[in-house]
Amino acid sequence: MAQMTMIQAITDAMRIELKNDENVLIFGEDVGKNGGVFRATEGLQKEFGEDRVFDTPLAESGIGGLSIGLALQGYRPVPEIQFFGFVYEVMDAISGQMARLRYRSGGVYHAPITIRSPFGGGVKTPELHADSLEGLMAQQPGLKVIIPSTPYDAKGLLISAIRDNDPVIFLEHMKLYRSFRDEVPEEEYTVEIGKADVKREGKDITIITYGAMVHSSLKAAEELEKEDIQAEVIDLRTVSPIDVDTIIESVNKTGRAIVVQEAQKQAGIAASVVAEINDRAILSLEAPVLRVTAPDTVFPFSAAEDVWLPDYKDIMEKAKQVINF
Amino acid sequence: MGTKTLTQIEEEFETFQILNEEGEIVNEDAMPDLSDEDLQELMTRMVYTRIWDQRAISLNRQGRLGFYAPVAGQEASALGSQYALDKEDFILPGYRDVPQIVYHGLPLYQAFLFSRGHFQGNQIPEGVNVISPQIIIGAQITQAAGVALGLKKRGKKNIAITYTGDGGASQGDFYEGLNFAGAYNAPAVFVVQNNRFAISVPVEKQSAAKTIAQKAVAAGIHGVQVDGMDVLAVYAATQQARERAVNEEGPTLIETLTYRYGPHTMAGDDPTRYRTEEMDNEWEKKDPLVRFRKYLESKDLWSEEKENEVVDQAKEDIKAAIKKADEAPKQKVTDLIENMYEELPKNLQEQMEEYKEKESK
Repeated sequence: MAQMTMIQAITDAMRIELKNDENVLIFGEDVGKNGGVFRATEGLQKEFGEDRVFDTPLAESGIGGLSIGLALQGYRPVPEIQFFGFVYEVMDAISGQMARLRYRSGGVYHAPITIRSPFGGGVKTPELHADSLEGLMAQQPGLKVIIPSTPYDAKGLLISAIRDNDPVIFLEHMKLYRSFRDEVPEEEYTVEIGKADVKREGKDITIITYGAMVHSSLKAAEELEKEDIQAEVIDLRTVSPIDVDTIIESVNKTGRAIVVQEAQKQAGIAASVVAEINDRAILSLEAPVLRVTAPDTVFPFSAAEDVWLPDYKDIMEKAKQVINF
Repeated sequence: MGTKTLTQIEEEFETFQILNEEGEIVNEDAMPDLSDEDLQELMTRMVYTRIWDQRAISLNRQGRLGFYAPVAGQEASALGSQYALDKEDFILPGYRDVPQIVYHGLPLYQAFLFSRGHFQGNQIPEGVNVISPQIIIGAQITQAAGVALGLKKRGKKNIAITYTGDGGASQGDFYEGLNFAGAYNAPAVFVVQNNRFAISVPVEKQSAAKTIAQKAVAAGIHGVQVDGMDVLAVYAATQQARERAVNEEGPTLIETLTYRYGPHTMAGDDPTRYRTEEMDNEWEKKDPLVRFRKYLESKDLWSEEKENEVVDQAKEDIKAAIKKADEAPKQKVTDLIENMYEELPKNLQEQMEEYKEKESK
């Protein structure tokens, strides 16, 4: 089995799907000759030609509209939004158009579009590059929203996303792109959309998280173990729809939970998870479900990132608060 | 210095006309190659649509139609451009562009269901190359660039054509759509029906540009301004744009100068707040039906009798279409849930059960 970084796994997934299905098209700003600003599409234009992998003018809304038009002609577009902070420019195409196409046409048309986009704090980008905006996307019916935390999941989920017949927002945490390698099969495989992964089993508390915070949560769980606290860590992998069954099964076992996200506290995924636990497992709970999040400010300028982002110590502290309730 | 002044650019966009207000051919060289039957068919469609528009307004007032954007005044612009299309060309309409998609194959009763907010109105039958009317101004323009690029990639000799109004030409998506189509040399035709008002805001307040057609220049695509009350000119301009597009000679922006006689929509807009009677009268003199009727009568191709036949046919069809629309099943929440995803996620599966239960009561 090969050792791959997340970025390599993502490129590999696209290469496999470009080979598998001639309707797959990859495009975006700088994705052609340049191979993308993070090299996610490195070599793909050379291998598959400009007809399949191509640059677009610098206009996100145009990229969104182009994707919908190509989908109407039977293509399976995989556009890249260069950084997810630019998504505001393409909100209508995503929420107003592609997410509603199946409904609007009574099932006659659909939008098998996978929007890939880097996001995530900790790499000191300029403003509006790193924001965690998955909550905005998750509020939109008609979309699926995926955030992988490992190279293995990234490849399997991206292949699933490209094959999915509904629009998928595929968010790639920049800090995870090259931070570690993983065993990734060279052949094709899929990871099911909407299925969480129990990364670590434990009996005392459930930590529900996703994205880069999976790694902070695992570190917190290791540290908690030294204090004799057995934490179970669940990686949602898909934040819309949420795998409620896996969460509830775990919470019924541990009786305690915290939800960890890099995004701000207001609204968002963590709040949704807390509400699902309340709806479905309140009688199993020994303590309130608390959240570890960033504060309710906009994503800060880079010099303030380190103090703004939640870290494993915040997770440990919150876990202990719930344990000691 | 090779500097071109704005005035020089604007002067290049003269209004293209073939048939003047008196019904006389003023540009014989540009006369499109249309048979007598084609000419009669164009008139038939305009008369039919005028009657349909009147009936739609009346049905709306009776509370029997719902959302409706009147089209009277814009028949030449809407129908002349559609007539130049091939059946395999793809139309991306705005909400005032329902006649075009009906003449492209959408059954009339579905147009009424669209007005009534019933999703079956948008279930485009197979082989009809249109999408339902867009509500967000301009969103269809970038999509048209995508459809056009798709057609090109598939090697089809067809175009994507999209419609918007003068207000739509102010949207960012308008510029992005033109620019994308130009950059990819995609077979797209963009029609701006400049009816002079975006609801109430006059076109002079939309832009400093003297014409909308000149906006093509910045995108590096063809641009033409057409007398939108002249069905022959609109047809000819669209036909030429279509030819260029399929021959990979570039997309075209067509500005049609037209006027809507009615309100913006039937949802309470009062045009007397922003238009004068003089202006209405001045435009009614340019009426597309009046001048084309004069022309056809002069060629002995039209008569009162013929017109009455069309009027009767329109009334009959509308009656039948409304009856058919009335038969559409009442909408249920479960229908909506059904169409959110190919496979329902758990939350919607649960809600599906919940609503099935409610609906069975």
